[in-house]
Amino acid sequence: MRGVRWLLLKDLQILRRSPLQAVLLVAYPILIAVLVGFAISRGPEDPRVAFLNEVPPNTRINVGGGELPKANVKERICKRVECVFVDDRAEAEDKVESGDVLAALILPANLVNKINSLSTLTPGVPEVEVLVNEENAVKAELVDDRITSLLAQANLTIARRIGAEGGRYLGLLVNGGQFSVLGETVQILGLRTTARILETVTPALPPDLRPALKEVTEFAAQARDNLDVAKPLIDRLAQPIEVDKVVVGGASPPLEIFAIAVAATLTLAFVVVLLVAGSLALEREENAFLRLTRGLVSPGGLLGEKVLLGIAVGLVVTLLMLLGMQFFVPLELSRIGLWLIAILFSGAALGAAGAALGAAAREVRAVSLLAFMVTLPIAFLSLVPSGAVNPTAFDAIRYLTALFPFKPALQAIAAALDEAGPGIGGPLLHLALLAVAYALIARFALRRFAAV
Amino acid sequence: MEAKNVVKRFGSREALRGVSFSAAAGDRVAVIGPNGAGKTTLLSILAGISKPDEGEVSSSNGEVGWVPQQAALYRRLTVEENLLLFARLEGHEDPRASMEEMLELTGLRERRGEIVARLSGGNQQRINIAIGLLSRPAVLLLDEPSVGLDPRQRSRLWEFVSALADRGTTVIFSTHDIQEAERYGGRLLVLADGEALFDGPPVELREAVRREAPEAADRDFETAFVAYLHHRGH
Repeated sequence: MRGVRWLLLKDLQILRRSPLQAVLLVAYPILIAVLVGFAISRGPEDPRVAFLNEVPPNTRINVGGGELPKANVKERICKRVECVFVDDRAEAEDKVESGDVLAALILPANLVNKINSLSTLTPGVPEVEVLVNEENAVKAELVDDRITSLLAQANLTIARRIGAEGGRYLGLLVNGGQFSVLGETVQILGLRTTARILETVTPALPPDLRPALKEVTEFAAQARDNLDVAKPLIDRLAQPIEVDKVVVGGASPPLEIFAIAVAATLTLAFVVVLLVAGSLALEREENAFLRLTRGLVSPGGLLGEKVLLGIAVGLVVTLLMLLGMQFFVPLELSRIGLWLIAILFSGAALGAAGAALGAAAREVRAVSLLAFMVTLPIAFLSLVPSGAVNPTAFDAIRYLTALFPFKPALQAIAAALDEAGPGIGGPLLHLALLAVAYALIARFALRRFAAV
Repeated sequence: MEAKNVVKRFGSREALRGVSFSAAAGDRVAVIGPNGAGKTTLLSILAGISKPDEGEVSSSNGEVGWVPQQAALYRRLTVEENLLLFARLEGHEDPRASMEEMLELTGLRERRGEIVARLSGGNQQRINIAIGLLSRPAVLLLDEPSVGLDPRQRSRLWEFVSALADRGTTVIFSTHDIQEAERYGGRLLVLADGEALFDGPPVELREAVRREAPEAADRDFETAFVAYLHHRGH
């Protein structure tokens, strides 16, 4: 243990003596972490979409001979995207090609006419035109999703208006009222009033006519009752299915807290894995490993010292980062005890993994490359949610990420930051098991560590 | 220090084939031989870094210091930080006093605060040896200590090593340089293909050459040595 203390001091001296390395080791992960944190926490901005409306002004949608109120489709679309109004098609194309806008939405001049034809014997197919620049697959997918979403919203708006208007006609039919046709007001009697009148006049009719009239009265009552049911059905046609979200598992903290947890875990993972793996490989490059393990310190003691170094530096860097994040998102400082526990367990498991990498790769350059090659993909895979990929791929990802400490470290830190997150016990146990497993692998790999 | 019938195998290849020898206090033993003869393997076994497959090694009078061929120290630390670190790791009661002693011994007191990476190869080797001496070993093993040093640095290195032997430290070193072995080795242990061909003072090796390869007896020592190896089938 005495030797471990002096080796730890030595490693800190070397770290202090290499300011560029120290700055890179700390600043680079923090930079990555902050960028990732912001990217996740800010969410997508409203996409810029060029909007060209070629529909003549004051054109109204008519269904069944009556005008519908303005649907305000343009206003509704422009609430969901940043509309860049353009004057003609050429300007729209220019903006899409230059990347100034994600896409262009063109409402052709005949759009309303085609919508109006839907209620005729020769219905047309209303179409809008979308110009896109699919310069890469991700952008193409994003544009498709956005446009599909926007059109669904527009269709829903129109369908609701039509549904509402249809409901109004039904109301007139059932309850009666006034109706305007070609500028003239028409009085509609309505089924309810019709039935009442018939019931009133029935006693005054000759008995042989009463059965026939009774059938008419009953029909009017049945039609009234059934059409009463039809109105809510028409209302539901616009959006037949509503979402009732019930959380059955996987409690998660607020998005911004999760983003901070991701950033902190990324920082901790890079600092600890790189530092532990690199400093272990450095012992070999300095030819000091054999001299040390000739009786000055045991191989297990040397591994322990490297893991301690990783935990100490990782703890300082991650704590500083979390405290710095206070400027953006207030964190519960009363939970700092849990932060420390989560960082210590995470640091131990990541440090042990770093030691295994360092012992296996042996050379500082190879170690640095390997640490990045392992840590980055694992970190990204750890963020893939269930359901985002097919079940087989997700199972493979789940097993793979469970073998590396990043995901349980993320879960532990997220749980430590916010009580709304999942429990911390499971991730801590997972980290402890990984720490032991990787320490054993590292110890085994040290057997051939000094070999040429 | 004594080695008895030491055998070391790497797979099917025998790196050492029953090598035996002993060295007393103050001896300076030069282990010489062509590449692949087993010099480094023998020193590694004597240092306890690797284990023999057969035979045994013993050191009756204390610690064995080991100085690897490549300087085993921290190049980003200063001279005194290196010495202080290893003195602490050795568990010295007063590590600073040990450090001062080694600075005096190596003649590097004036450069104590310099980063080791900025020192010459010769000075780095002196610190390397000084670290090997911190355990106050009765036996000091040096694996090709003069490789990469210029003549002046070599001379200073051997003065330093000779002084240690004069104070009673057993010094066993390996080298490719036959002249150096003749000059600074009180005894020569000749290895070839893992086999010990000769163990004795340089004068006796000369006599052995004269007996077994008389045509090379009057040539320089290195030429005579090569002829001797050739005559012995190596």
